[in-house]
Amino acid sequence: MTPSPSPLRDLLDRAGTTGAVYAALAGVLVIGSLFVAFQGSHLFTAANTVDLFTRGSLLGFLAIGQTLVILCRSLDLSVGYVAALSTMVSAIVMAGDPSRIVLGIGATLGLAALIGLVNGLVVTRLRVNPFITTLGTGLLIKGYLDTRFQGPAGSIPAEFQTFGLSRIGVLPVSTLVMLALAVLAILFLRRTRMGFHMYAVGGDSEVARLSGIRPEIPVITAHVLCSMTAGIAGLLLASRFGTGNTLVYNNGYELEAIAAVVLGGTYLLGGRGGVAGTMAGVFILATLDTVFNTLSVDPFVKDVLRGAIVIAAVAVYARGRHGRTSVRPRFTSGGAPPAPPPPPPPTATPSARGGDR
Amino acid sequence: MNAAPLLRMTGIDKSFLGVRVLHGVDLELRSGELHALVGENGAGKSTLMKVLAGVHRPDGGRIEIDGAEVSFDHPSRARRAGVSTVFQEFNLLPERTVAQNVFLGREILSRGLVDDRAMERTTAELLDDLGLEGISPRARVRHLSVAEQQVVEIVKALSHDARVISMDEPTAALADHEVEVLYRIIARLRERGVGVLYVSHRLKEIFDLADTITVLKDGHRVDTVPADDIAPADLVRRMVGRPVSSVFPERLEPHGEHVGRVRLAVSGGGNTRLDGIDLEVRGGEIVGLAGLQGSGRTEIAHALFGVDRFTRGEVHVDGRRVDPRSPRRAIRAGLALVTEDRKARGLALEQSVTANARLVLDAVNPFGSARRAARVPGLLSSLELVARGGPRQEVRYLSGGNQQKVVLAKWLVTDPGVMVLDEPTRGIDVGAKQAVYTLMRELAAAGVAVLLISSELPELIGMSDRLVVLDDGRVAGELPGGSDEETVMALATGATREAVS
Repeated sequence: MTPSPSPLRDLLDRAGTTGAVYAALAGVLVIGSLFVAFQGSHLFTAANTVDLFTRGSLLGFLAIGQTLVILCRSLDLSVGYVAALSTMVSAIVMAGDPSRIVLGIGATLGLAALIGLVNGLVVTRLRVNPFITTLGTGLLIKGYLDTRFQGPAGSIPAEFQTFGLSRIGVLPVSTLVMLALAVLAILFLRRTRMGFHMYAVGGDSEVARLSGIRPEIPVITAHVLCSMTAGIAGLLLASRFGTGNTLVYNNGYELEAIAAVVLGGTYLLGGRGGVAGTMAGVFILATLDTVFNTLSVDPFVKDVLRGAIVIAAVAVYARGRHGRTSVRPRFTSGGAPPAPPPPPPPTATPSARGGDR
Repeated sequence: MNAAPLLRMTGIDKSFLGVRVLHGVDLELRSGELHALVGENGAGKSTLMKVLAGVHRPDGGRIEIDGAEVSFDHPSRARRAGVSTVFQEFNLLPERTVAQNVFLGREILSRGLVDDRAMERTTAELLDDLGLEGISPRARVRHLSVAEQQVVEIVKALSHDARVISMDEPTAALADHEVEVLYRIIARLRERGVGVLYVSHRLKEIFDLADTITVLKDGHRVDTVPADDIAPADLVRRMVGRPVSSVFPERLEPHGEHVGRVRLAVSGGGNTRLDGIDLEVRGGEIVGLAGLQGSGRTEIAHALFGVDRFTRGEVHVDGRRVDPRSPRRAIRAGLALVTEDRKARGLALEQSVTANARLVLDAVNPFGSARRAARVPGLLSSLELVARGGPRQEVRYLSGGNQQKVVLAKWLVTDPGVMVLDEPTRGIDVGAKQAVYTLMRELAAAGVAVLLISSELPELIGMSDRLVVLDDGRVAGELPGGSDEETVMALATGATREAVS
């Protein structure tokens, strides 16, 4: 029997992916500020920092929810549309009246949760592929918004606009709320049964089922929570604009959120990853945007660079994951039995190795 | 001694799609006893274990624990009743830690939150109890060796306070020194009064460990005997020895130019699953590869065909050295492989008969394939393919036998020099079987070297000119065609060497 991994390896494994993603974030910040300094300006001016955090908060809400869904081996492409719908619902329900703020928030999150419930039920009960399911609900919402509204509608009371606009020093309030939610999500995944079962279902839903878990429950829960974070993102957008705006869905938020999740080291096929990594992914993307803006990079080039970075990151994570099998070699190349203890397991986990180059 | 055994199964019946796989099987297990279940491939051992585990529901019969009847409609019900099963394929989450896997679905809570520490502590205690301090409860399962993963499965079973643990081929993936660890664990389990139900093909283990042995054959319980009262050779005799039911076609007069020449030669072939494989097949010859499941039969086919290549040794086809690094190269060298899993690996189910039959030809020899492809319709009709929709019918609508004929046509059209057939008659009707047998005879007569892999001993013995018997990734010996089943089984299970030593 081989000795089990050393405490050091165990530690590296635990820190593994997430540590690597934070190292990458630090790298992006350093390299970005060098580029900006090259142009004779400064990346960490107050204006730039606020810009970075503001970008981070919106993407952060969407990516937290998306992380839960992806961990369960599902996907949610409807979040951009849910966010757009949420801006309208909140602005129309609040109608500029401060006393209706709570009602507006409740209605928005309630409707978002309902959409998530539908997504979750269709995926688990009707067994429709999550890609198709959420693309479908997204298009349904888009169709409704396009026929019902011609432009901005409703109005957000000034009191609620503080959620999107006020800040403490360079830290926007929305970013603080987002980070608090991220901490809650991390606790949820690491310290609750439901969180554990999300990992189980995403890792192998048959193993989960045989262990007495009902595999639909975590998936449905993840979809509800994901839609609700999209609702929060909608609330944030509405409070920034002051009105509801249907065109929010044109911004491709769902894909950016998925990119942040994957960049954060969560395995697209489920069962591995977490919100801590996602936060790093979110801020890597936000930093890139801020750097590109400061450098006035052509928007097309910007997209090309962003795409290349996401692909490269995932390629690095995927390395070494490939070829891992549960079948232990019975004969090693010497061929003389009894075979020596199997080679130590692929130590540096694909992702851990991937990141710490 | 108390009267009621720990576990009693009486008259267990089970059928799949109308095929009866268990016929009123009885089994008793006492506390602290190790009861081994033996039988040939397909005797019903695994099905019986799955019935006990709650994976399959029996069609009839009773299961009692401590004399009280129980019924398991879900594996978690069985576990709650104290019956845990360690299956051949692992039921672990590789990305989660040992402790998280052990407590999956029953995580320990303190104040509403999952208490990782408590789970790790309990897991460590269970591991210590088994004398396995080496495994860290915080290690990810992905980082463990197969043997360690097996231990985790056992610990998972114990954490449910299992009183009955059944193990399906627990040593199939273990090296010798790892098997010893397993022996030690089993000894500890028995000291604690756990009853162990043990399925293994390896007779040595059975005689090392078992108190009682139950022999299954074709779904019937043949005998239950104390291990001390039976000799290995005797046990093998009870496992086999059924009447030969099918009749195999006679050998034909050879006529091809390659008859008698060595067409396929492997020397010292090995990779992670095989070692020291020496094999020769001549034109006109049918060589059977015998061995138990996991002994390396399919692995040889895959290595020859470049699926999981040989990393040691040499392969010669028609005297030329070849290195089948990919199926494409193997095909170019003149090999053909009829795969074991017809639907997943042999056919594109949603494509037509013609498209499937031309698949290899078009892919590997796209230029000038038209001339050979012109032979496809003739080939199909000579195989007596019955496709109601004609050659344009999608293959998935054909019967198993007809699907197999399409697979055969696909390879025949490439004019292979060496044909490897892995379980060519599995799941097909008697008529199609006869067609496959006849075809094999015709191929051999035409000078093709045929390598036949089959779990059905009568088929293997009846069709082959020579038998190469594998055991545990190595060649255990060679026997002439027509040898009796007991001799083959004795070689394949290692009983011969046991008896000699």
